[in-house]
Amino acid sequence: MILILIKLLILPLLSPLCIGIIRKIDAFMQNRRGASVIQPYFDLWKLFHKDEVISPDASWIFRATPYIIFAISLMLPLGIPLLSQVESWGFFSDFLVVVYLLALMTFFLALAGIDTGSMFGGFGASREMTLSALTEAVLVFSLLPIAIISQTSNLILMATTTSSLPPITYFPIFIAFIGFFIALMAETGRIPFDNPSTHLELTMIHEAMIIEYSGKRLALIEWTAANKFLFFVLLGANIFFPYGLSTTTNLLDLLIAVGVVAMKALLLIGAIGIIESSIAKYRLFRLPDLLLTGLILGIISLIATNI
Amino acid sequence: MELLFPIAIEIFCISAVLSFILQKVKSVSHFTSSGLSLIGSAFMLVFAGYILLTHTVINVVLPTSFPLFTLSFHVDGLAAFFIFVIALIALPATLYGISYLKPYYTQYNTGVFGFFYNLFLLSLFLVVTSYNGLYFLFVWELMSLSSFFLVIFEQNHPSTIKAGFIYFVMTHVATGCISFAFILLYLATGSFDFSVIKSHAELIPMTIKSIAIICFIVGFGTKAGIIPFHIWLPKAHSAAPSHVSALMSGVMIKMGIFMFFRMFLDVLTPTPWLGFTILFLGALSSILGVLYALSEHDSKRLLAYHSIENIGIILLGLGGGLVFLTLNYPAFAIISIIAGLYHTINHAIFKSLLFLSAGSVISQTHTRNIEEYGGLIKKMPYTALFFLIGAIAITGLPPFNGFVSEWLTFQGLFKGIAFEGMLIKAAFIFAGVCLAFTGGLAAACFVKAFGITFLARPRSVESQHAKESSFPMVLSMGFLAALCLVFSIGAPYVIAQLRVLVQALGSFTRHTSAMVPAHEKLTDLAALNFNTMGLLLGFTISAAVVYALVYLVSHRQKTVIGSIWECGYTEITPRMEITATGFSRTLILIFKGIFRPTKQVHVEYVDADMRYAPTKTVTLGISDIYENNMYYPLVKLFHRISIQVKKIQSGNINAYLLYIFLTLIGLLLVARYYL
Repeated sequence: MILILIKLLILPLLSPLCIGIIRKIDAFMQNRRGASVIQPYFDLWKLFHKDEVISPDASWIFRATPYIIFAISLMLPLGIPLLSQVESWGFFSDFLVVVYLLALMTFFLALAGIDTGSMFGGFGASREMTLSALTEAVLVFSLLPIAIISQTSNLILMATTTSSLPPITYFPIFIAFIGFFIALMAETGRIPFDNPSTHLELTMIHEAMIIEYSGKRLALIEWTAANKFLFFVLLGANIFFPYGLSTTTNLLDLLIAVGVVAMKALLLIGAIGIIESSIAKYRLFRLPDLLLTGLILGIISLIATNI
Repeated sequence: MELLFPIAIEIFCISAVLSFILQKVKSVSHFTSSGLSLIGSAFMLVFAGYILLTHTVINVVLPTSFPLFTLSFHVDGLAAFFIFVIALIALPATLYGISYLKPYYTQYNTGVFGFFYNLFLLSLFLVVTSYNGLYFLFVWELMSLSSFFLVIFEQNHPSTIKAGFIYFVMTHVATGCISFAFILLYLATGSFDFSVIKSHAELIPMTIKSIAIICFIVGFGTKAGIIPFHIWLPKAHSAAPSHVSALMSGVMIKMGIFMFFRMFLDVLTPTPWLGFTILFLGALSSILGVLYALSEHDSKRLLAYHSIENIGIILLGLGGGLVFLTLNYPAFAIISIIAGLYHTINHAIFKSLLFLSAGSVISQTHTRNIEEYGGLIKKMPYTALFFLIGAIAITGLPPFNGFVSEWLTFQGLFKGIAFEGMLIKAAFIFAGVCLAFTGGLAAACFVKAFGITFLARPRSVESQHAKESSFPMVLSMGFLAALCLVFSIGAPYVIAQLRVLVQALGSFTRHTSAMVPAHEKLTDLAALNFNTMGLLLGFTISAAVVYALVYLVSHRQKTVIGSIWECGYTEITPRMEITATGFSRTLILIFKGIFRPTKQVHVEYVDADMRYAPTKTVTLGISDIYENNMYYPLVKLFHRISIQVKKIQSGNINAYLLYIFLTLIGLLLVARYYL
């Protein structure tokens, strides 16, 4: 019970912090001092207390989307292994369910982008759907090798099996992880796919789609994006590197697990920050090449599971 | 209960005749025939439900005075399942037709339409229950012809006649292939009766069986619309009235799928290559179907291409099942085949829902071009909501029914990927990649279809003045939308029922003793505790909590209606919105190897001296590689042969008498020496 509560609360409570950390890393790489790591919390608080402007053409899709996608993002972590291997949440743990819930969020967000009748929103939606159409396959095929190795599509059982494998069999999982990392960068809109802090309308993808949002709805959208980022980090850290997960529900074991998982997540966030600071954004028509590379890595990993 | 079937058949016949007799009084004839077909479909629904729940098998053989031609009816679980699907879609489609056809009274003969409509429904029910090759060909032809007359209903448009013609030719080439296959089976087994062929299935020589199976794939595949035999489908489905499109796309193309199931899983034994072929065709149809849908901006052609995509997904289930069967893994095969059947009913539901909603929009705007829609969510809120539900369902997103069957199909493919053998693994990886891309691209396509149609500002005068459709139309769409949810929440029950049905098929009953116990480690069926209800419940609670908290924090803040940001322009016109062509152009350029995109630029210099820039028209499109590379060469070849044949056609009666005489002599010689 307490574990479920932690799972429900960890995303909304810690996701702004993650965004703060990654911004700090970006600033460090650019020789700036940067804002404090808790600045995103203040930003959200500020946005919640602003009035909002809504396009006269917008329908209920535009108004409801922030609530819909935020609610879905809260449900995402229920199925993934967070601290221990003994948590089970049945149907929510299926990795296809997780992938499809993510797709549902993108679906509504893209509709909201078109809904305002703004050309930026429309083109943002077009680009976002183009990328997510390709990313979905990469995500499925980067998680699939582990599902095949562990003979289950349940994420928690997948983590349990991978943690008990001998290190020699770890090679395909690592290849799959590179594919997953590419999908992560695409889904969470990091460089080289998208620039979360861009101010030029023509280069924006995610930011163009949500350009008409303001006030509390913008706050929800930003918060959802942060939730999604943290979710991907936790998924990557606990499925591909499932070490340190507690095997019991003892308080002590769980506390150790908290420390280990936090370390893994921080390492992954650091890696993301350093990589995105050291490469340039790709041209839109070069992104499919990168995504297909991710897919091929997934397939190589699938074939390597035989050996 | 069993009597419901003949009663319903008679009702359809009476309804067809009445509609024809009363054609002078259009409203009376239309109401009577629609009412009767509603009653007939309801009877069929109850009948199918009864058979499915009691697992009875009905077999009635009525001999006729012709040898080999017997009226043989056979209703087992598979047939009952398809009767259920037909009746389930026929009910809302007919109800919808009652008000959809009203504007047509002045222009077209709805009495004749009612005649063919009832004949069409009748033939659908007869096709799935027939159990004799010749009788089957008779009702199959009845189905093709009645649907042909429904397609050319709006005969005043020249494009409709052309679409009808292509449909007519394609469907008869298909029937030719099927007839040939049945004749081959007759030569091998000595009977057209399915039960006789079934009992002799293992004795049919390999070569004859292979040729027959290829003919079946071409013949039934054409009806199902698999690529590359699909060219009639987008044309015919967009030409027909919308509720007929719903029936054709939701139900009629499934008759091809039904015969795949009947022939390959029940009557015949699969050849080793069959499963891989079906798997390959399914993967190809699913990904190419969705890609072509992306490039369409005719709302009904777009949906028609999605039918091709979904037929592909069904075939992925069937093909996987066949591969597992030939490898002797029946437990895996069951999962894949259930996935195929489940997707069949799901696709019938959401595709007819989408066609009906598209028809509702067309009846208001009088155009199928989605570039002229826009902003309809405010004018037609119910149609928009139901279209959205259909769009989420067809994209395979939770919580609607498309998700369940797509998930099952994936599970089936994953089992194949887990195999050790490299060929099997590679085939299933290919299928899995295609399915994964299909899901993502379908989402992009339906964001386009829904967004451009219903959101933002109206782009034409008709769209500005659109109103919500009449109550019967909304009711029938609502019924189908509710079914989308029912078939998602009731998934465990449906899967359990389908399992019983699949296990009764010939391929599974044939070798019960020789079965190898399969390794059911990767999510066995018992573990498929589909919990869409939990998903919905979790979502509702979490959305409610979020809404309450946000309200608590920022209920004092104002919401202002204000103009959007367009870089400082103040006069926002509908021309500034994104178009359907623009939306999908990025993806079309990414897949340009498949699409062969075309771009035509017309520059008009009418008033070039007065203006700085001349008027430019850019037409973006894609070239039809099937018609250009496959069908036109064929047509040209036939044309050339015809010119040669013309030489012996002098028009002189004496010459023809000579031909008849020579043929007779030839036949007599053949009879003398070979028989």
